[in-house]
Amino acid sequence: MSFSKTVEITETSADTRRITVTVNGTPRVVEVEPRLLLVHLLREGLALRGTHIGCDTTNCGACTVLHDGNPIKSCTMLAVQADGHEITTVEGLGTPSELDPVQEGFHREHGLQCGFCTPGMMMAARALLDREPDPSEEDVRWALSGNLCRCTGYQNIVKAVLWAADKQRGAQPAEEDAR
Amino acid sequence: MTALDEVKIGGLGASRLRVEDQRFVRGRGTYLDDIKLPGMLYMEIVRSPLAHARITRIDTSKAWQIPGVRLVLTGEMMAQRNLAWMPTLSYDTQAVLATDKVRFQGQEVVVVVADDPYIAKDGCDAVEIDYEPLPAIVNPEQSAAPGAPIIRDDKPGQTDNTCYRWEVGDREATERAFAEADVVSSLKLHYPRSHPSPIECCGAVADFDAGTGKLTVYMTTQAPHIVRAAVALIAELPEHQIRIVSPDIGGGFGNKVPVYPGYVHAILASILTGRPVKWIEDKTGNLISTGFGRDMYLDAQMALRRDGKILAVRMHADTDQGAFFADAQPSKFKVGLLHSAFACYDIGIGYITAQGHYTNKAPGGVAYRCSFRVTEAMFFQERMMQAAATDLGMDQAEFRRINLRRDDAFPARTPFGFLVDSGQYHKCLQVGLDAIGYDQFRREQAAAREKGRLLGIGISTMTEPLGAGNSREYDILGIKMFDSAELRVHLTGKAILRTGARTQGQGHETTWAQIVAHELGIPADDVVVEEGDTDTAPYGMGTYASRSTPVAGAAVSMAARKVRAKARKIAAHLLEVSEEDVEWELGRFYVRGAPERGASIQECAMAAYSNMPDGMEPGLEATAYYDPPNLTWPFACYIVTVEVDPETGVWDVLRVVAVDDCGVRINPMIVEGQIMGGLTEAYAMASMQFQTYDADGNMIGANYMDYLLPTAWETPGFELHEVVTPCPHHPIGAKGVGECAAVGGPAAFVNAVIDAIGDAGVRNIDMPLLPDRVWTALQTRQSVSGAPPVGRS
Amino acid sequence: MYPAKFAYEAPRSIQELLDLLARHGDDAKVLAGGQSLVPMLKLRFAAPELVVDINGVPGLDHLTEDPDGTLRVGALCRHVTLERSALLAAEYPVMAAAAPLVADPMVRSRGTMVGSICHADPQGDWASVLMALGGHIVAMGPRGKRPIAMTDFVVGPFQNALQPGEFAYEAVVPPPVGQRTGTYLKLERRVGDFATVGVAVSLEHSGGRVVRAGIALTGVGPATINAADAADVLVGKPLSEETVEQAARLAAEAAQPQADHRGSVEYKRHVVATFVRRGLARGEVVAA
Repeated sequence: MSFSKTVEITETSADTRRITVTVNGTPRVVEVEPRLLLVHLLREGLALRGTHIGCDTTNCGACTVLHDGNPIKSCTMLAVQADGHEITTVEGLGTPSELDPVQEGFHREHGLQCGFCTPGMMMAARALLDREPDPSEEDVRWALSGNLCRCTGYQNIVKAVLWAADKQRGAQPAEEDAR
Repeated sequence: MTALDEVKIGGLGASRLRVEDQRFVRGRGTYLDDIKLPGMLYMEIVRSPLAHARITRIDTSKAWQIPGVRLVLTGEMMAQRNLAWMPTLSYDTQAVLATDKVRFQGQEVVVVVADDPYIAKDGCDAVEIDYEPLPAIVNPEQSAAPGAPIIRDDKPGQTDNTCYRWEVGDREATERAFAEADVVSSLKLHYPRSHPSPIECCGAVADFDAGTGKLTVYMTTQAPHIVRAAVALIAELPEHQIRIVSPDIGGGFGNKVPVYPGYVHAILASILTGRPVKWIEDKTGNLISTGFGRDMYLDAQMALRRDGKILAVRMHADTDQGAFFADAQPSKFKVGLLHSAFACYDIGIGYITAQGHYTNKAPGGVAYRCSFRVTEAMFFQERMMQAAATDLGMDQAEFRRINLRRDDAFPARTPFGFLVDSGQYHKCLQVGLDAIGYDQFRREQAAAREKGRLLGIGISTMTEPLGAGNSREYDILGIKMFDSAELRVHLTGKAILRTGARTQGQGHETTWAQIVAHELGIPADDVVVEEGDTDTAPYGMGTYASRSTPVAGAAVSMAARKVRAKARKIAAHLLEVSEEDVEWELGRFYVRGAPERGASIQECAMAAYSNMPDGMEPGLEATAYYDPPNLTWPFACYIVTVEVDPETGVWDVLRVVAVDDCGVRINPMIVEGQIMGGLTEAYAMASMQFQTYDADGNMIGANYMDYLLPTAWETPGFELHEVVTPCPHHPIGAKGVGECAAVGGPAAFVNAVIDAIGDAGVRNIDMPLLPDRVWTALQTRQSVSGAPPVGRS
Repeated sequence: MYPAKFAYEAPRSIQELLDLLARHGDDAKVLAGGQSLVPMLKLRFAAPELVVDINGVPGLDHLTEDPDGTLRVGALCRHVTLERSALLAAEYPVMAAAAPLVADPMVRSRGTMVGSICHADPQGDWASVLMALGGHIVAMGPRGKRPIAMTDFVVGPFQNALQPGEFAYEAVVPPPVGQRTGTYLKLERRVGDFATVGVAVSLEHSGGRVVRAGIALTGVGPATINAADAADVLVGKPLSEETVEQAARLAAEAAQPQADHRGSVEYKRHVVATFVRRGLARGEVVAA
C-alpha cells in the first residue's frame, strides 16, 4: 500500500473532476475542483514548488511553465484545462546529475539574485531556445518581456540566455570560470 | 612554499559564482509559500474598500457557516485581547484590525481562517460590512488645511494631522548666507509614492505549539531579531519561547522590514486554533497596505556666489506618512537620513526642517532601497544642482566640479552633522564624463536641436551614508544598530558561519565566506553560511539600508580575526616556538626565518580538537558583535543620455553610464549585479512606476496593471565603471553598495529629460516622467506636478 | 486570486457546445484562451455558474484565406499564431503590426483574437484592428451562423452583441479591393500595459487612389471607436498632406478620452492625431 493512496474525505470536498496531466514526463492522475488554478495543482497538489506565484493580474510571469512546449502563465489556466496535456516545470529542466544549459547559464552569468522570478524566467528562456537556437539580444529581451524581475536589471539574464544558446549550439561559451 | 592565491580560494576580489544558485536554479528554494506544516490552515484578509469611513456593522455569521472555515477574527475580538492596536517601529500605534473606523483603502478589517485559501476567500466574500464614508485626505496640503478631519482621533491629545516635526542645521547662519548670496535658486518637487514591490509578497506561517509553549513563526522578514523583540512586546510571549525563521526571501528592498498586522493575525489565529496558520498576501494586499517609499514634498533654496560656489542650502520636507507612523528607521531621525543631502559638496552652512503628515493612505515612507530616505535626499540634491547650474548659466559638469569636495578635504563634517571620511569625487565624475563622451555629446545635442530633435544628458553625483550605525546615534526602538557573526571551525578545517543579517538576494552565503577566506585562508567553498533563524543566529538588526557589508561584514571579519588569533597560539604550540616568532600568510602560519616550517589553518583546526596547548580551551570558534564607528561613504556618478519625442512626450534612453566607488569589492560580480538592479529601479521610478490617489482616496497602483515595473524590453543596458577608495575604518575597506544606484540614479534620468527639453520655463517634471507629463511641459513651457489627487482636470 | 465555485464542461464538438449554451444561456461563460476570463474569475469580477471550455472543440483554430481573399480567423486561433504568420506579414500589415503588441509573449501563447474581441474591453487591440479592416464576427447559434459587423459587435464596455446561446465562431476580414497598407500604433509605457492610445489605420489603394479606408481607436472611449468620418475623407482620392491632416483632426475629434493618470483629454486626442498622421505617412510598426 502506498501512503499517497490515502485521501481524507472532509466535509469540504466539493465536486471534483478526475484529470490526467503529464508533468515533467510523468502522467499524474488527480481529482480537482474546476476552479483550482494550474499553479496550485503544481505547487500544492503535486508538491512541485519551484513554480512561484508573484501577482494576481497575470503580469509577473513568475508562474511560467511550458504547456505542450509553449510558455504560459500557470496562474491563468485552470488545472482542468491541462487534462490530456504536457506540462514542464523547472523541476523538469536538466537531470539530477546535470543542469540544463539555461540553468547553467543563469548560474555562470549571475542571472539571478533572490531567485524568485528565476524558474519562470528560465522556462520562458527554455521555450525561446527550443524555438530559436541562435537568438539575438533583442530576441531574448522580447521573449522575456512577460517575466518581471526586480533584482537583476535583466542585463545578466540576457547574458545567461545567450550563454545557454552558445553552449547548446556547441559554440564556445565565454570564459568558463568566474572573471 | 608559495602562498595561496586569494582569488583562487574565493577571497576578496573573486567573482565567485554563487552558492545560493544551486537551489534556486533547480526550483528548490524554500520561500515562505513553500512551507507546509501538518494541519496547516490558511488565512485571508477582508480589506476596506474605502479610504476613510466609520464602520457601522460587521456581520461574520455567514462566513462562519461555510464548511471549512475555522475562525473569523474581528477588531472587537482583537480588542478583547488587547491586540486591536500595536506599537510601530516609530513609537506610534497602528491598527491591527479596524474597530470603529478605517483610515486607508486596503486597511485590514476582518480575518478568515480556513482549510484552504479558496475556502478562506469564500469566507471573506460572505462577510458583511457597512461603512459610513468620511472625507478622504490624500496629500499633506489637505491634511494641514484648517478644519480637516482628524484622522488619528484614536490618539488622545491629537488635535491635527501632524505626525512629527524635525529640524537640523543652523537657521541663523543660513539666513545670513542667503542674505549675502549673488543668486538664490529655488526648486519644489514631489517625490512620488513608490512601492518596493518585490515579486514575492509578504507572508507568515505561525505555529504555536501548546505542548511546549513555543511560538515559531516563519516570516518574510529582513530582520528576524527585530521581529522577535516586537512579538515579545506585542504578544507578551516570553522572548526565549519565540522563534522567528526567515526562509529564502523573494526580494525585500525594505518592504519586508515592518511588522505587518497580517503577521499578528496569523500568530493569534494559530494560538486560538491550535494549528499552524499560513498567511500569504496577494499582490494587491502588498501594494495597497505594506511599506512603501517616498511620498515627500521638497521645497528648497540654494544660496550661490556668482562664480558658482554654493554658500548654503535650505530645505523643507513635508512627508506623507499615511494613516500610521510606521517607518522603520533610526529613532532619532524622524525623516531618516534626509540630512545627508549635499554631503559630497563643500557646503558649510545649511538648515533643514521637516514635518510629517497623517493622511488616509497606507502607512510607511521608509522602504524601497532608500537607505532611510537618502533616495529623497540625493534626488533632491541633484535636481537642485541642475536647477542652480541652469540659473547661473553654467555647465552641469563644471558646476559640480567647483563644489565637489577635494580629495584632501577628508575627514569633513557636513552642516548637518555627518562625518564624511573619504572620497575621490572628481575622479569619479571624470571617469563618468569620459565614458559618456560628454563634450562630444554636447556637440551632437546642439546639432540635433537644429533639426528639431531633442537629445539630453543628465548627471547625478553623490555620496551617501551606508551602514547604520554607530551606537551613539543610531537605534531602532532603543536597540542599537550593531551586527554580529559567529564562526566555528570544525576539526577538518571546514567552517560554519552565522550572522545576524538576512540576505534577500544579495548573496551573503557567497560573500561572507569570501571574507572568511580572506582572513583565514580557508577556501570559501569550505565555509557554509547561515542566516535568519533567531534560535541559532547571533543577534543582528537585519539587512536593509545597505548595512550588511558595512556592519555584518565587518563582524565576520572581526570574528575571523579572533579565530586567527587563537589559531596563532595553536600554531606556536605545534611549531614549538613562541608566539612572537610566528608569522602569517594566507592560510598558513610559519616560523619567522624558517618559512618552510609551518602549520596550515586546517592543521591548527585539527589541533584545536586533538592537540591543544596546556590550559587552552578546545575548539576553534569566535563571536563578534560589531558597533561601527561611522557610516561608510560610497559615492557615485551616474550619467544618462536620452532622446525625447516632442510629438508624444515619449523618451528613450540612449546610454547609461555608472561609476561606483564602494571601496573594496568582496565579489565584483555581485556588486555589479546590485548596481544594475538599482539602476533599473531608478529607471522605473523615473519613467513609469508610482502610486497615486484620486480625490476619494482610491489608490491607483494597487496591482501590476496599474503599478508598472519595467520588463527586459524597456530596461536599458548599463555601462559600469569603478573607482576604489577603501573605507578607512572598515576592517576590509568595504562600503555598502546595494542601494547606491537606486539612490543616485533617478536624478540622472530626470536631469537628462529636463536637459533635452532645454527650456528654463520647465524647471521640473515630477516623476514618473510619463509621456503626457513631458508633452504637457513641452506645450505649456511650465513645470508639471504629479502630486495627488489624480483625475482632477 | 481564488475563483468562486463554478461547474465546468469541456465539449468535444460544436454541436455539444451549442447544446450547452442553449441549455444554460447567460449562466455560462465560454472559455477559450482564458487570458481575460481567468483573471476575472480570480478577482471574482466574473462568477458564472458554468464555464464552457471550448479548447477541445475541433475546427475552431483556423487561420485561412479563401480563394477570393477572405481571411478567416477561428475562435481558437491564438495571438502567437497571428504574430508568427508569414501570410499576415506579407498581406495584412495592420494585423501583423498589432499582433506583437498584444499583452506579452505568454499571454499570446494562449489568448485568442476572437476571444479578445468578444471581451469587448475598450483597451482591446484586436477590436480596433478588425473595425479598421471593416471586418465582422460570425456568431454561431441554434439557428446557424450569422455575421455581425464589427461596428455593431461592441455595444458597450465589456458588452458584445452575441445573443444567449451563441458563441463567436470566427472573425472575418473581407477580401481586398486594392493594395493593402496600414499599421497599428500603440502608446504603452511598457509591454503588457493598457494602451494610453492605440490607433489602427488601414488603407487599400488602387489606381493611385485610396479606395477603402478604416481608422479605429483603442483606449480613448467607453468602447472601441470607429473614426468613420476620419476614414471617409481619405477615400476616393490619392493620399495627400491635406487629407492626412483632415483625417488626423477628425480622428482626434471622434475620440472620447477620459483624463486619468495616463494623461489629459487634450494629450490623448493629440496622440490620436499624431498616430493617424504617422500611420498614414509611414505604415510602419511603432510601439511607442
